[in-house]
Amino acid sequence: MSNNNYILRVTVDENLCVGAGLCVLSSSDVFDQRDEDGVVKLLQEYPDQASYEKVLGAARKCPSKAIKVEQVNGDAP
Amino acid sequence: MSVVPEHVVIVGGGQAGHQAASSLRDEGYVGRITLVGEEPQLPYQRPPLSKAWLAGGLNDGDVHLETEDWFAVNHIDHWRGERVVGLDRAARRLTTGGGETLGYDHLILATGARNRPLPLALEGIAGVLSLRSLADATALQTQLAGARQVVIVGAGFLGLEVATVIRASGIDVQVVEATGRVMSRALGEQMGLALYARHQLQGICFHFNRRVVGITHAQGRASAVQLDDGQQLAADLVLVAIGVQANAELAVQADLATDNGVVVDAFLQTADASVSAIGDCACFTHGFDEGARWRLESVQNAVDQGRYIAGRLMGREEPYRQVPIFWSEQAGCRLQMAGVAAGDDLEVPCGDAHSEGFSVLRYRDARLVGVESLNRPADHMAARKLLLRGLSPALEEARQPGFDLRTWLASAAALQA
Repeated sequence: MSNNNYILRVTVDENLCVGAGLCVLSSSDVFDQRDEDGVVKLLQEYPDQASYEKVLGAARKCPSKAIKVEQVNGDAP
Repeated sequence: MSVVPEHVVIVGGGQAGHQAASSLRDEGYVGRITLVGEEPQLPYQRPPLSKAWLAGGLNDGDVHLETEDWFAVNHIDHWRGERVVGLDRAARRLTTGGGETLGYDHLILATGARNRPLPLALEGIAGVLSLRSLADATALQTQLAGARQVVIVGAGFLGLEVATVIRASGIDVQVVEATGRVMSRALGEQMGLALYARHQLQGICFHFNRRVVGITHAQGRASAVQLDDGQQLAADLVLVAIGVQANAELAVQADLATDNGVVVDAFLQTADASVSAIGDCACFTHGFDEGARWRLESVQNAVDQGRYIAGRLMGREEPYRQVPIFWSEQAGCRLQMAGVAAGDDLEVPCGDAHSEGFSVLRYRDARLVGVESLNRPADHMAARKLLLRGLSPALEEARQPGFDLRTWLASAAALQA
């Protein structure tokens, strides 16, 4: 299911992440932190539409810009 | 038992002020929230301005903390482009530069800090910039387009992050520093030297123990920086990055104590129970260092204090207690710090300073007070956990070759279990 025929795909760059944890505050369904080094752990590459706003917020708020959200056409694989 | 205030006014629309507003709603606060910001745009985060944003490829919208809609949905009244110029505590009323008045039941000062200027008369000289706001970053990016030689004054976080970005675009960069090494306020000597070596590899040239005594200009534009030993460093752009001072004028005007910022207690409250201060402007009594007061400039501090104050206004009673963390991206390295060490705290290296990653443990007497990590996020995470729990490896043990913070934490955790 997708609205306007696109869905969001989330990617993270573990080498940029500084473990601030702001993404987890925004959206703990989609992001977590690895226990051993605090680096971001992506729980959903294709999040539910209900979390789109929070996921986009997490990408904006990431202080090291380690989260990318892109629109892709069609449905999640 | 405290009473939840009916109208919370937050002065300052930066990371701390925004977080306080956001967390109040997360906590279920249903009263009125007014966020008064001096800048014309939506609240944004500053860290990328000297890093990813400056390097290019990001829009203003990529650093905004929220969209326009968010303020409406959360019923947060956002005053933009308004500077608060008056605080009458007896009447619980603010006045703005635009002549508006605004009453409050609780006031949160989140006024941040501003860049220190060079102590020189530089009026009318173009090409001397500083970087704090999105507008500053835009101006810097525009002027960099035509620059060939840049001089950066100050080898702290900001100066070195910008130096990294500028150097990567092929521009000649020289850094002038008043002390004898890089990041001398934030880091111990060993980590400073390791970073310095990496900056040199990028081709950045440093002038330590030097002060700027003048800026030479031609047709109103900077052309060289004069140092106190007579050297002239040719420059078509000068960035001044010599630290900040807290914006504490409202507190001064309202007779609240200030000392390197607005003085608050361990509950982030001023002497007036209706006024709190958070973020870069707040000088607070910290739970880690008995009696010591800290004023910290970091995202973590702004966010955690914003969250804390929301909880406190909703009735929670414990003092503020979070492990301070800092990070920087420079010379191609990920630098992370946990805790706060002072200049004369002992340094215990963990790993080899010449390898890709290593850490330095900082001790005050026998107690671990901070850990500096270069490309070692696992050490950093272990340090956060240790400091939060007040655990400290014995100094003799930490000094053993091959000592590993993560292994020590794991065994300490096993012992406690």
